[in-house]
Amino acid sequence: MSEAALPAATAAPPPAEAKEETPFRRFVRSFFEDRLATFGLCLFALIVLLALAAPLIAPQNPYDLASVDVMDSRLPPGDVAAEGFTMWLGSDGVGRDLLSGILYGLRISLMVGAFSGILAAGLGTAIGLIAAYTGGRTENAIMRIVDLQLSLPSVLVALILVAGLGKGVDKIIIALVMVQWAYYARTVRGSALVERRKEYVEAAQSLGLSHARTVFRHILPNCLAPVIVIVTVQTAHAISLEATLSFLGVGLPQTEPSLGVLIANGFQYMLSGKYWISVFPGFALLMTIVSINLVGDRLRDVLNPRLEK
Amino acid sequence: MAPVLEVANLKTHFFTRAGTVKSVDGVSFHVERGEVLGLVGESGSGKSVTGFSVMGLIDPPGRIVEGSIKLNGKELVGLDEDGFRKVRGREVAMIFQDPMMTLNPVLRIDTQMIEAVTAHDKVSHKAARERARDALAKVGIPSPEERLNAYPHQFSGGMRQRVAIAIALLHRPPLIICDEPTTALDVTIQSQILAEMQSLCAETGTALVWITHDLGVVAGLADRIAVMYAGRIVETGAVDPVLDMPLHPYTSGLLGSLPAEGEPGAPLRQIRGSTPSLARLPQGCAFAPRCDHAQADCLALAPAVTSFPGARGVRCHHPLNLAGVAA
Repeated sequence: MSEAALPAATAAPPPAEAKEETPFRRFVRSFFEDRLATFGLCLFALIVLLALAAPLIAPQNPYDLASVDVMDSRLPPGDVAAEGFTMWLGSDGVGRDLLSGILYGLRISLMVGAFSGILAAGLGTAIGLIAAYTGGRTENAIMRIVDLQLSLPSVLVALILVAGLGKGVDKIIIALVMVQWAYYARTVRGSALVERRKEYVEAAQSLGLSHARTVFRHILPNCLAPVIVIVTVQTAHAISLEATLSFLGVGLPQTEPSLGVLIANGFQYMLSGKYWISVFPGFALLMTIVSINLVGDRLRDVLNPRLEK
Repeated sequence: MAPVLEVANLKTHFFTRAGTVKSVDGVSFHVERGEVLGLVGESGSGKSVTGFSVMGLIDPPGRIVEGSIKLNGKELVGLDEDGFRKVRGREVAMIFQDPMMTLNPVLRIDTQMIEAVTAHDKVSHKAARERARDALAKVGIPSPEERLNAYPHQFSGGMRQRVAIAIALLHRPPLIICDEPTTALDVTIQSQILAEMQSLCAETGTALVWITHDLGVVAGLADRIAVMYAGRIVETGAVDPVLDMPLHPYTSGLLGSLPAEGEPGAPLRQIRGSTPSLARLPQGCAFAPRCDHAQADCLALAPAVTSFPGARGVRCHHPLNLAGVAA
C-alpha cells in the first residue's frame, strides 16, 4: 500500500496517517503528562493489586474465626500474635490482624464501589439518553425525578433505602445505585441534548436507522467523555458512602468487614489511646479515594476539549 | 411514467410560542425519473423544510398540516415512524449541507456505511463492507479499502462530502434530496462534486432535488427550477427559460443580485428589504413590500399560480417578460 507516486490528479491524501497516533494513544500520552495523576493511577493500581492478592499475602484470614485468637485483641502495631506472626498494624477488638482486615476490607470496598459505579453509570446513562431523545413529557417527568433525587442528601437517601432493604453487599450496592444514577442521567441528558441537534443524527435518521440504533450507536459514544469522568468521581463517592453507612452500623455486617466496619470497630477505643484500630483502615480508605480522585481530575482535564492547549 | 416525487399543496407549519410559522405553505411540484430539480430560494424561504418534510424528519413543534407527498405513487403524509424508516435510505436519501457535521465523529467510516446497508438489507457484514467499499470507489475516493478504516476527521471536506454521497447511493434510491451539499466546499471541489453527481445520477437514473441558493449551480446542473419565497413556489419551469427570462420579479431580483452580472466598480444590486417573518406574512403577495413592480392589488390579494406554455408557472399578478412567454 505504499505506492509513493500517486497520480497528481487524485485528490490530496489526508494530512494524518491512520497509524500515526490513534485518538486513544494521544489520550494515554496526555494523561501521563501529569505527574500527580500518574502517581494517583499507580497508587490505585497498587491498591487494587493488594486487594486482589489479599488471600495470598494477608498473614491471617479474618473471616476464618478459628484463626482468630481473642487473646490477641487490641495489640499495638508491631506486636507478635499468638500464632507467631507479627501484627504490623496491630489488631482490633476481637483479635483480628488489622493488616489482613484492611486487605480484605479493601476487596469489599472496591467491589462495592466498582459494581455500584458501573451499574449506576449504565442505568443513569440510559435514562439520560432516553430523556434527551424522547423529549416532551417523558423528559420532563424524568428530569423532575432527577431534580428531586439530587435535592436530597445522598447519605440520607441511602440510609433510608438500606433501612428498608436490610444488610448485605447486594443491598448496599442497590442503595448506592439508587443514590447515584441521577448524576449520570443529568449529565448525559445535557450532552445528549447538544448531540441530538447535530446534523449527523439527522443524517443517521435519514438512512432509516432505528431509534435504538441512533441513540446507542450514534449519540451515546459522543456523550461518553463526561460519563467516564463521573464514573471515577462517583466510584470514589460510593466507596466513602459505603464506609459511612457501615460506620453508622447500617451498611455491611461484621462478618463481611469493609473499611467502614473496621473504622467503626475501632471508634470506641479511640479515646483510650488505641488509635490504630480506626486510623489505619481510615488511612487506607483515604488513599483509595484520593488516588481515584487524582485519576478522575486528570481524566476531566484530558477529556475536556476546551482545556486543550 | 409516473413521477418519482409528487408534492401537492404541502403545508408544513411550526407552532411556536411566537405564533404559527408557515415555513411551507402550499407547495406543489413534481420530479420526474432521473430529473434534477433545483429548489432555489433565500434563507428561510422554506426550501430545506420542504426537503425535510419529504424525508419525514419534521420535529415538533413542526407538523405537516395539509397536502400530499407521493413517492413512487406511495403517499408519505400520515405514514407512521416505522413506515418512514423503511422509506428513508432505500427509496429516498438525503445529503446534507455540512460534511463536517453529517458523519458521526466517533465512528469509523466502515461502521457508518455498513449500518446504512444493513438497515435495509439483511446481508452479511462482509457483503455490506464490500458494498461500502464499491460505493466509495464509485465516488472517486482513492484506495477505498484503507479509507474504510479511517475516521471522519481524517478526511478533507470534499472527501467527506463524497463519503456522504456514497452513503446516499448505497441503496440506489430513485430520489436523493440534496440540501445545499456544495455550499460548504470551495469552488474547485464544488465543481468536481457537481460533475460527479451529474454522471452518477445519469448512470443510475436517480432523480435529485437540489436545494440551494446558488443560481450558478442550478444553471449548470438542474433540468427544471422551482423558486421559493416565503414558503411558496413563486416561479417554476425549465432552467434556461426561467433564468433567461424570469417572469417573477423575485427571480429577476435574485438574478440581478449575482455580482457577476454587474460591471466592475458598479454598485452591486440587491433586493431591498429582507425576507418577511413567516409568522406574520403580509395580507397580499408576500413579496409585494420588496417588489419594484408592486401595485395596489398586490398588497390586497395573494396571487394564484398562472400557467404558461412549456410547463411554466408563476405566482404573480404582474409578471415580467410576458412577451417572451407568449411568443
